Amino acid sequence: MSAPRTMFEKIWTRHVVAEGPGGHALLYIDRHLLHEGTTAAFGRLARSGRRVRRPDLSFATADHYLLTSPGTPTSDAETRGMVEALGRYTADQGILYFDVGDPRRGIVHIIGPEQGLTVPGITLVCGDSHTATHGAFGALAFGIGSSEVEHVLATQTLWQKKPQTMRISVEGRLAQGVNAKDVILAIIAKIGAGGGVRHAIEYAGSTIRGMSMDERMTVCNMSIEAGARAGMIAPDETTFAYIQGRPLAPAGEAWPKALAHWKALPSEPGAVFDREVQLAASEIAPTVTWGTSPQDALPITARVPDPAAITDPGRRESMTRALAYMGLNPGMPLSDVMVNRVFIGSCTNSRLDDLRAAARVAKGRRVVVPAWVVPGSGLIKRAAEAEGLDRVFLDAGFEWREAGCSMCVGMNGETAAAGERVASTSNRNFEGRQGKGARTHLMSPAMAAAAAVTGKLTDVRTLGA
Amino acid sequence: MEPFTRVTAVGLPIDLLNVDTDRVIPARFLRKDRNVPDYARYLFHDVRFDAAGAERPEFILNQTPYRAARIVVAAENFGCGSSREAAVWVLAANGFRSVIAQSLGDIFHQNCFKNGLLPVILPAEAVAGLRRQLHERPGATLTVDLETQTVTAPDGAQHRFEVDAFRKEMLLTGRDEIGLTLGFESKIVEFEARHAREMAWTVPPRPGT
Repeated sequence: MSAPRTMFEKIWTRHVVAEGPGGHALLYIDRHLLHEGTTAAFGRLARSGRRVRRPDLSFATADHYLLTSPGTPTSDAETRGMVEALGRYTADQGILYFDVGDPRRGIVHIIGPEQGLTVPGITLVCGDSHTATHGAFGALAFGIGSSEVEHVLATQTLWQKKPQTMRISVEGRLAQGVNAKDVILAIIAKIGAGGGVRHAIEYAGSTIRGMSMDERMTVCNMSIEAGARAGMIAPDETTFAYIQGRPLAPAGEAWPKALAHWKALPSEPGAVFDREVQLAASEIAPTVTWGTSPQDALPITARVPDPAAITDPGRRESMTRALAYMGLNPGMPLSDVMVNRVFIGSCTNSRLDDLRAAARVAKGRRVVVPAWVVPGSGLIKRAAEAEGLDRVFLDAGFEWREAGCSMCVGMNGETAAAGERVASTSNRNFEGRQGKGARTHLMSPAMAAAAAVTGKLTDVRTLGA
Repeated sequence: MEPFTRVTAVGLPIDLLNVDTDRVIPARFLRKDRNVPDYARYLFHDVRFDAAGAERPEFILNQTPYRAARIVVAAENFGCGSSREAAVWVLAANGFRSVIAQSLGDIFHQNCFKNGLLPVILPAEAVAGLRRQLHERPGATLTVDLETQTVTAPDGAQHRFEVDAFRKEMLLTGRDEIGLTLGFESKIVEFEARHAREMAWTVPPRPGT
């Protein structure tokens, strides 16, 4: 009898084309998602006289460099050139491209699942570190660099060294006001920004199983902020119900075959992971970051930590530097930190569940600082409008914008000014991430909406939400 | 790709933990072609230069003995965050050939191999010792030897490191990885045929069909 296997092991094994030395394998790639930031790889491919091996497994959209203000897709000729180049390359190679003006266009990690491209049991890559988002469906999905993008375009494969496995189990019911973003921030705070390096994570436990697909994607999305290239969740009825009927999902006679395969994917009882981590849902509170690494996360009820209490000199120095950059003093209650603007969006938190959660807080209140809501795709924008969420946001004084990466990436012209403090639902609070000198506090959509209506970091539970 | 065999060069100690690739090269420079004349200046740009573009003297790369550095000696989780390969390109544009740390961001780690930079993982105490020596003797050199898989510290101590046989061979020969993989064409074709038989549902339907 063979040993019980993890889901990761099953997917990995099914995709090995050839074994190489030193634990390397040539892995077959079922889906390759592309965006305008990866056009350099197309250029190199063209110059080497090579063509895209499997255009039918490659899909493209524009998200990173587009402006999200209505009517003006790009800010300058340089970025316009990148978007146009993507259009030319994909047309030339026969790749389906969700272009500017197409309502299906949106953030690459939002539209893959939305179109039914992201399904269990597949390997999926994209030239973007947040590709683990797709692991929420029980896929092996990970971010790659530009050279690897070119390699996949040319060969539909990648040489990979098999990572170790880590299971993070979260058990119990989340308290009122606590959601998926708080869960993943708590996980990163626990294992550290480098805790998942060289690991593929599987998120498990009753808390995770109880989440919607939108919530599961929020969790998997930030795996890279814990150092892990891939994060995944076992597919179940919630997963299958989400996928069925999506435009590019398996249909007809393919559906029952896919379903049979997917149901056999979850890790088997007794499967051994290289590392196990446990969290109790009851210990997780609404969480915000205070520093310049996603691991710098604490409950909103806590105070800014004191570097003097840290014994390790490297950690003390890093914390001192982070607090100086953030303009915060040790001991200050986090709920006293004033913010200058609010950003609700990004591949972490721009899906319909996220917008609903923010709208519940915004309803009947007024923002006191500039606040943006940027839906993840044109279709999410439409769906939100059909529910009247746009009216809730507009009535409360939020800006209701077009789909894109916007203020998460700091490369499209939508940035905060130096010294400005942003309550943000994005994934990175790095120095300069949202603009040179900008200060980012990461939090959930409900918490960001709470900050928008109070002008400071606020425990959303105090607003009765 | 430029092969890597053995490099002896000044080491640049970077003590900060979790140095992310946004810090290595800010996002607004990612649109730039790596052949533009000023490309090398984008490395650590926002901590290396002030608002007027002048060097910040307190930043280590702006201090004379370290200007010749070609080996980074970092701390935990250097190169975390964004997948931007430009973080490696901009290190290479400044002459860097190797990054030594106790751990590296996974995607950065992989990107190094594709550009002739050798990522070296050593135990935390060994890396801290190297950084200490480089601070105490600015401009001190170390040697990274891929064939023998050793780092020789300024004080002469040798540290052996592990490197995957596959990556070692690729770096020593400077071989084009895509070219190598295209040599597996028959294996890929064979795999695709089996995949199409057993897991046909992995190919999405074409829109409108």
